[in-house]
Amino acid sequence: MSGTLLIKNGHIIDPANGIDKTADLWIEDGKVVAVGNHSGAADKTIDATEKIVCPGLIDMHVHLREPGQEWKEDIESGSRAAVAGGVTSMCCMPNTGPHIDHAGIVRQIIERARQVNLCNVHPIGAVTKNLEGKELTEMRELSRAGCVAFSDDGMPIWHAGVMRKALEYSSSFGYMVIQHAEEPTLTKGGCINEGWISTQLGVTGMPVEGEDSMIARDIMLTRRAKAFYHVAHISSKGGVELVRAAQAEGLSVTTEAAPHHFALTEEEVLGFNVDAKMSPPLRTEEDRLAVIEGLRDGTIEVIATDHAPHHEDDKRCGLSCAAFGIVGLETMLPVSLDLVRAGVLTMSDMLAKMTSNPASLLGLESGTLSLGSEADVTIFDPEATWTVDREALVSKGKNTPWHGKQMTGQVTHTIKAGRIVFENGTIHG
Amino acid sequence: MKSLKHLFGIADLEREQIEYLVNLGDSFIDINRRPLKKAPTLRGKTVINLFFENSTRTRTSFEIAGKRLSADVINISASTSATTKGETLLDTAQTLAAMQPHVLVIRHSLAGTCEFLAEHLDNTAIVNAGDGAHEHPTQILTDLLTLKQAWGSPEGKVITIVGDISHSRVARSHLLAAKKLGYHMRVVAPKTLLPAEIERYGCEVYHDFDEALPGSDAVYMLRVQTERLTDTCAFPSVREYHEAYGLNSKRLKAAGDDCLVLHPGPMNRGVEIATDVADSVKSHILSQVEHGVAIRMAVLAALCGGETEEKKAGNRKKLSDEAMRAQGTLL
Repeated sequence: MSGTLLIKNGHIIDPANGIDKTADLWIEDGKVVAVGNHSGAADKTIDATEKIVCPGLIDMHVHLREPGQEWKEDIESGSRAAVAGGVTSMCCMPNTGPHIDHAGIVRQIIERARQVNLCNVHPIGAVTKNLEGKELTEMRELSRAGCVAFSDDGMPIWHAGVMRKALEYSSSFGYMVIQHAEEPTLTKGGCINEGWISTQLGVTGMPVEGEDSMIARDIMLTRRAKAFYHVAHISSKGGVELVRAAQAEGLSVTTEAAPHHFALTEEEVLGFNVDAKMSPPLRTEEDRLAVIEGLRDGTIEVIATDHAPHHEDDKRCGLSCAAFGIVGLETMLPVSLDLVRAGVLTMSDMLAKMTSNPASLLGLESGTLSLGSEADVTIFDPEATWTVDREALVSKGKNTPWHGKQMTGQVTHTIKAGRIVFENGTIHG
Repeated sequence: MKSLKHLFGIADLEREQIEYLVNLGDSFIDINRRPLKKAPTLRGKTVINLFFENSTRTRTSFEIAGKRLSADVINISASTSATTKGETLLDTAQTLAAMQPHVLVIRHSLAGTCEFLAEHLDNTAIVNAGDGAHEHPTQILTDLLTLKQAWGSPEGKVITIVGDISHSRVARSHLLAAKKLGYHMRVVAPKTLLPAEIERYGCEVYHDFDEALPGSDAVYMLRVQTERLTDTCAFPSVREYHEAYGLNSKRLKAAGDDCLVLHPGPMNRGVEIATDVADSVKSHILSQVEHGVAIRMAVLAALCGGETEEKKAGNRKKLSDEAMRAQGTLL
């Protein structure tokens, strides 16, 4: 992008560089050239007074559904939803059809994302072929094609022997394995958290031990393999404690939390609310508070949405048979801002969890406003309020538990490599 | 009293509504014993029984109830396939609702089916005839009518319910009713057949059946699905289940002479209940079946009865008068 863009008088927060001050941000030819004074004239100026200017957000856990389930979402609609939510880079999970388990699919996804040209898309490669949990994928080949980490997300890698080999093999080349931590023999047939709510509704629950026991096992295997292990969408108190202990021991164990797991509890499901059904499920208040504590003390380094769009047909069939998952890209920032308002995190620490932290975890160049870096920038008004209307969501998926709820904090501009791709509700595709 | 639009479960009913329905059912018992079993209460009304699960007694009971009150009753047994049940369910229900029935009586293996369908259907009253392990309100109203006949009021009584509590909608609905009506529940099962945090219903939990029996005013035996028992490792064998949790006359002695025996049916003789108990004078199992018809008449009448609040308030008197009139005519 040629030309000069001036973002004037915003509150610039760049966690990676420790910048937290009101200043101008100058972008030239798609790169950040100055924070503060700069000589020259701007071709375009955005007045960011009273707004926060930060690196473009990174969501390292998204389901884009393409190829294979384009009626739920595709790379274009997912990219549009991303920039509407201030996200300029996202990692897409491999449970597509075909799965992201060979290089051709990786290249296809990256190429399609380039054509759409709104948001960086970094595929996560499958750990096992067909996500079957049996044979390892060609991780080196997948990595060369553009995969930034490996996961069978949606499915746990439940076989202990396969998981051991996956951790050993991946870490030999410096790759990280992201686990959907769920022991399937404990969660079989379950649709929400097991407990008082599942008992009252008369539906099969998924006990928290399904998550905890898998994390515990994986940490043991990670210790032996000296591997890089990342727990996806952590939701339980026990899980957070296990990760905290593993980190204290010096293991390369990291984790992420989804906004719904620190904002909502299983109470949302009462009344058979299918838009509060996801895996792992919403848990108890005690678990929610433990996730918040994990975010506060740094055990949980990343906030990621597990954006899981579904078609209405997949949800319109009652709680037990409705598909798992909710959309999250467009509500990620305002829901996370609640952590700042509640005094759990500083604005900078919260933003680090969706910019510099996932970037360093995955080796991405984005996530900072360093001079000379690609100018991916998000501007938001932390005080602006708006009401979530499922029909107004940009994503094809309308499955949100926040329909009708008021959000505080609104993205006003999303800038991708110096180009304004989202501006006050309009996407410039 | 709040008017009744649907009957999803005991959870949604106030004490007054429960008592109203039980009393209304009581007033219908006699019609069923007449040589000519017909009242005009629901003339011109259409009731559709939509059953996605096998059922003999509940479906027949609803059918007879509707017919004896002169409603037009249609029965539909739909099979449910694992992959398409959701869409099929809603489409089927919407199709039937478009034919303008007054009441849709639904049984489905998925919990929350009635609540889900009610979101998408207008102008059709929905009655839950059993949804997964969630609720089975007409069974509980039936039991309450049986207990009313035996005890007058259930208040302060102790009902001991035994069996696969985790998959039982009857148990859940009873636990909810107990709180509202002031009777006590003891649940008896091994941990493998108990759902999480069951004690939060305010019941006492026993694993030893013989410990739970003394002081029980009624013993409520639940049907055990024998395949489910062993397939899910909930119990090693039917033999051992019967030994630990089966009710026989010897075991029943611990409960005292006045203890009633109830069962929602169908029974597995020799599994959860021995023949010597099932056929004894203490068994009220066939009374439950009889009262089931009267209760379902009451539920259909209450849902189809009057549309206005005023009418609802006067419903009980009106309906019992009508029942009386019907009996008078028939006499």
